[in-house]
Amino acid sequence: MVNEIGHFALVLALCIAALQAVLPLVGAARNDAALMGWARPAALAQFLFVAIAFFALMHAYAVSDFSLANVAANSNSMKPLLYKLTGVWSNHEGSMLLWVFILALFGAAVALFSHNLPPQLRARVLAVQAMIGVGFLLFILLTSNPFLRLVPAPADGAGLNPILQDRGLAFHPPCLYLGYVGFSISFCFAIAALIEGRVDPAWARWVRPWTLAAWCALTTGIAMGSWWAYYTLGWGGWWFWDPVENASFMPWLVGTALLHSAVVVEKREARKTWTILLAIITFSLSLLGTFLVRSGVLTSVHAFASDPLRGVFILLLLSCYTGGALILFAWRAPQLAGGGLFAPISREGALVLNNLLLATAAATVLLGTLYPLLLDVVAHQKVSVGPPFYSMTFVPIMIPLLVAMAVGPMLPWKRGDLPAALGRLKFAFLATAAAALVTLAATGARSLGAACGLALAAWLLAATLTELAERLRLFAGPLPAVWRRALNLPRASWGMFFAHAGMAVVIAGITGSTAWTEEKIVSGRPGQAFEIAGYTIALDRVSEVAGPDYTASRADMRLLRDGRGIAEMHPEKRFYPVENGAATGVAIHTNLLSDVYAVIGDPDGTGGYVLRLYYNPLVPWIWLGAAAMALGGLISLTDRRHRIGAPARRARASATARVQAAE
Amino acid sequence: MNKRGWIFLIPAAVFALLAVGFYAGLGIDPNVLPSPLIDQPAPRFALPPLQGDAQGFSSADLTGHVSLVNTFASWCAPCRAEHPVLNALAQTKRVPIYGIDYKDKEDLALAWIAELGNPYTRIGADDGRVGIDWGVYGVPETFIVDRDGRIRYKHVGPLTQADIERTILPLVARLER
Repeated sequence: MVNEIGHFALVLALCIAALQAVLPLVGAARNDAALMGWARPAALAQFLFVAIAFFALMHAYAVSDFSLANVAANSNSMKPLLYKLTGVWSNHEGSMLLWVFILALFGAAVALFSHNLPPQLRARVLAVQAMIGVGFLLFILLTSNPFLRLVPAPADGAGLNPILQDRGLAFHPPCLYLGYVGFSISFCFAIAALIEGRVDPAWARWVRPWTLAAWCALTTGIAMGSWWAYYTLGWGGWWFWDPVENASFMPWLVGTALLHSAVVVEKREARKTWTILLAIITFSLSLLGTFLVRSGVLTSVHAFASDPLRGVFILLLLSCYTGGALILFAWRAPQLAGGGLFAPISREGALVLNNLLLATAAATVLLGTLYPLLLDVVAHQKVSVGPPFYSMTFVPIMIPLLVAMAVGPMLPWKRGDLPAALGRLKFAFLATAAAALVTLAATGARSLGAACGLALAAWLLAATLTELAERLRLFAGPLPAVWRRALNLPRASWGMFFAHAGMAVVIAGITGSTAWTEEKIVSGRPGQAFEIAGYTIALDRVSEVAGPDYTASRADMRLLRDGRGIAEMHPEKRFYPVENGAATGVAIHTNLLSDVYAVIGDPDGTGGYVLRLYYNPLVPWIWLGAAAMALGGLISLTDRRHRIGAPARRARASATARVQAAE
Repeated sequence: MNKRGWIFLIPAAVFALLAVGFYAGLGIDPNVLPSPLIDQPAPRFALPPLQGDAQGFSSADLTGHVSLVNTFASWCAPCRAEHPVLNALAQTKRVPIYGIDYKDKEDLALAWIAELGNPYTRIGADDGRVGIDWGVYGVPETFIVDRDGRIRYKHVGPLTQADIERTILPLVARLER
């Protein structure tokens, strides 16, 4: 019964979305308040019904209703409740429902928190948002319905892939989708602006919080995914340039460019068409990610069971939304008036450079991701593009980006003075040189690349600190005054500080883990001890233990340094009888500077076990840095200019006049 | 639209090209790996028969007509799923199917054939050596061999009715021309 209600609610949501896609748009064109008034209640009702459907499916998972084909294929009565619930989005159908649920959630949020939006803009944004909803609701109902029944119902389900039964992974997809789908709001604002033919600072200010929220969620989602890969896959690696990782990374790169470009629109009314294009591309790359994961065109560890019909359907949706948006862009964008002029050396100029580099980086990743597919289509050859490609192309683009990232915030708007800005970075130059020299002295000339990486990180961190210190006038005045200035500093500035400093920490983490990871694969018997990077790992015992839905060989290890015990480590090799699959339980000991990472493998047949031991220096910084970046985004989100009524589009009259003059 | 309007068309044009590429890519299965044996002569071999059969299966059987070579084993679950498809194909008498019983126990293989039916023109029992020559890395795998005894196509995993209709039969028809 609950399932039928869920199914029916999904159909109702589709009908409401269809109305919401048309009526407000007509209303906005005719300036008809009654028709435009449809947008808000429709968005709320659409969310209500999608939520009913979503929780109906979750209910089916919670009570293990195996009469639903989806539950039977992806769940099992023996699973812990948490993994039953998160099983909802561990499969294609359920994760599409989550996707649409988050889409409707954002639509409802726009409807609720858009009091200061002009009614026409709001009506158009919500209508475009509903168009996306219609497409994906149709996709679910026609090709991926999670409410299909199975007759007769099996006694128990097939279970969930063991490596997906993990706390971190349970919340990785919702986070990632909040990011992907959150960019749909920026997209809708861009389309609405193209329809209206007007982009002004007020528009940029309204879009910013939505873009920021999506960016924070995506940053967190990517970091969680990479963390999950690190501690479950048991290879000691954290990023594999897998097509699906790339699919989440590309919208992040372009979304980051969008965040920065929108600042120029907001402060200086320049770079408008470029910002609109970025908003379209960011969401299009999110859609592309959906297409790549679910159509089966690329080989990936993440790929869902592929179905050609679904692939064609998503490609159709991608063509409608991206193709339609880009055609609208080609038609309307030339009419958008350009804004303030600026010299190449200026804050705007630095942000243009930032955008160019980020866009190029995203294009590189796109090329690496799609090249195997395109070559297969054109020349019927199979190739795979791996890390060497990205180290040769992506890394060189990141280096100037990081160098410039330190200088950009030092430059004033309109026209800057580069020598003066560099002069203020004396401390950063010193820190850079010190980092490089200390690295070389400590580890020898072999780690030249690592010295460069750490120098870059030090450069960025020191410059970011300098910029903050200057704003607070940290060394020029009594501490209470500094404290007052710190409190009065706009939250957006604090946000930038945390995001840029976080980036520096991430770079240091990536450098350390790339350059100095030590790996040891040994065959060990209980009683033996192994040395790695100054640590001793003593294997005391391996015993069989039983988990809730698995059995495991569990090792008792002691981690020692200079003969003193530091920690106990218990790596496990788990076997899940229902799914007939195995998973690795990695043991990690971290001191926030480095990780010792232990994996127990199969018995070697002579009473020993294959052990993989890693020493991963600076790896925790990757996630600490990413967390700081997401935190920066959240702080910026609380900036008061997003909370107080925006300046009610005062610039509107003049902007409109300019558009008309341009026409 | 001003004179530089065409610049604004570039994103749409790039996307159109990509979309065409994606559409073409949808028809391709990325999990299919090419075999280096494609278009090469089939390996020379002579396999003994299963008990009760008069003749085994050797490379000499593969010349003069287009043939299907299917590797199977009684221990292989996907082969069980594939078997009805092969039975149906054998009934059409469209193309002879030769079987390589791969790393199997003879009595189990015979019981399997007795239970599920025999679509094969001839069966050879292989302890694994001939499989290596054919580049087999898992069963079931199916090869199409042309009149001159060259391998022209390799299918990895169980055949479905759709594979037979869309890929196997059209290719057989083309090779017979």
